[in-house]
Amino acid sequence: MANTGTERVKRGMAEMQKGGVIMDVVNAEQAKIAEQAGAVAVMALERVPSDIRAAGGVARMASPEITEEVMNAVSIPVMAKGRIGHIVEARVLEAMGVDYIDESEVLTPADEEFHLKKSDYTVPFVCGCRNLGEAARRIGEGASMLRTKGEPGTGNIVEAVRHMRQVQSEIRKLTSMSTDEVMTYAKEIGAPYELLLEVKEEGRLPVVNFAAGGVATPADAALMMQLGADGVFVGSGIFKSNYPEKFAKAIVEATTHYTDYKLIGELSKDLGTAMKGIEMGTLDASDRMQDRSE
Amino acid sequence: MNTIGVLALQGAVREHIRSIEETGATAIEIKRKEQLAEIDGLILPGGESTTMRRLIDSYDFFEAIKAFGEQGKPVFGTCAGMILLANAIEGQAQAHLGLMDMKVARNAFGRQIASFETELDVSYVGDAFNAVFIRAPYILEPGSDVEVLTTYQDRAVAAKQGHYLCAAFHPELTDDNRFIEYFVQMVEQSKQILASF
Repeated sequence: MANTGTERVKRGMAEMQKGGVIMDVVNAEQAKIAEQAGAVAVMALERVPSDIRAAGGVARMASPEITEEVMNAVSIPVMAKGRIGHIVEARVLEAMGVDYIDESEVLTPADEEFHLKKSDYTVPFVCGCRNLGEAARRIGEGASMLRTKGEPGTGNIVEAVRHMRQVQSEIRKLTSMSTDEVMTYAKEIGAPYELLLEVKEEGRLPVVNFAAGGVATPADAALMMQLGADGVFVGSGIFKSNYPEKFAKAIVEATTHYTDYKLIGELSKDLGTAMKGIEMGTLDASDRMQDRSE
Repeated sequence: MNTIGVLALQGAVREHIRSIEETGATAIEIKRKEQLAEIDGLILPGGESTTMRRLIDSYDFFEAIKAFGEQGKPVFGTCAGMILLANAIEGQAQAHLGLMDMKVARNAFGRQIASFETELDVSYVGDAFNAVFIRAPYILEPGSDVEVLTTYQDRAVAAKQGHYLCAAFHPELTDDNRFIEYFVQMVEQSKQILASF
């Protein structure tokens, strides 16, 4: 008797990605560069977040031929993004055989109130979170992996830092609470009670939490690892840089050896200009992707 | 006291550390090749084999790990670690460490949606072992000195060759420590043998 799609198999898949870098790619050529550079997985997209931001309009699941092209090009796992709450996009991605689905605020949400019930699927899901309550709600719905939301496509690490610190600090607060305080805390942050008890007991989330949204340099990736990220998603940074191959390798090495500052200094040489980036204060409320879901 | 290292370049390191510690042995994360001198046995964890190989090369681990194994010190590879140990990989011109005489097939059960768990009877380890397969490989052609420890649907998924041990599945993702306990026994035996020289 073999069981597929179990919690252990879905969460375990994300455990295998730990300490690694997952790179956004839009075609087979980029996917191969990512694999060569040592990415642990690629995220197949029609456009990277900074281009989605620039293009405006409604951003949807990538067309299947792009995802298939990427799946055929590499042997590492392939992830793909579906719109928040879009049951059919998710089922289509699952039917295509993608290895992980990102229910992502980078795309225009299909449902402004409800996320997918991810425990119903055989394919595992990764979701964004800004705080412990949001992390716990996504796990409650069946997410097998988390990532910070950050602010995608900005090349500005500030929001990813905020979200990673927020989750870590709330976990520390929870672990120091007495058990009889947990129910009220669960109510305050909108988190499933049983899950909070589990987090309190273990001192950490039951799934991995990667950094995402604004990682633009090797030093950014190393910073997120130091703040407790289990790994790093890099979106627009790599293939918007002058030397993608070199840049991709530098990010992978900085993620592995995130406390080797001399090495990170070396890796950061001759990478050309990093993406220009957007300062948060200049971003309209309607352009903040992280606020598209709760 | 037995000290077991887990190659900590990428992958499921924490889970192996926990399971080693639960057997009473000492666990160390191995990030630099000089640390290999401190340990009696090495685990190559699950992760992405292509990524791990790239990092093994970047940090000059390749010859150091081979030399570690060739000294007679036990090495245990799980999933990606098993691929690293093999001396032939289906569809690839080059293998990695080549410490075990076997040809393996990568992602041999299909993509992630085909990943599964099941119960297997494993020689030396025990019956009804909860085996978690994640985009798992299997052993296509075990060499004549390779002892197959268990099969799933007629495919070899765990094996032993002298002081080398491998599994296509992930014992570290379960609370069942029988597999790692067996590896700790192998380490204990090899220490006695190596000490007798």
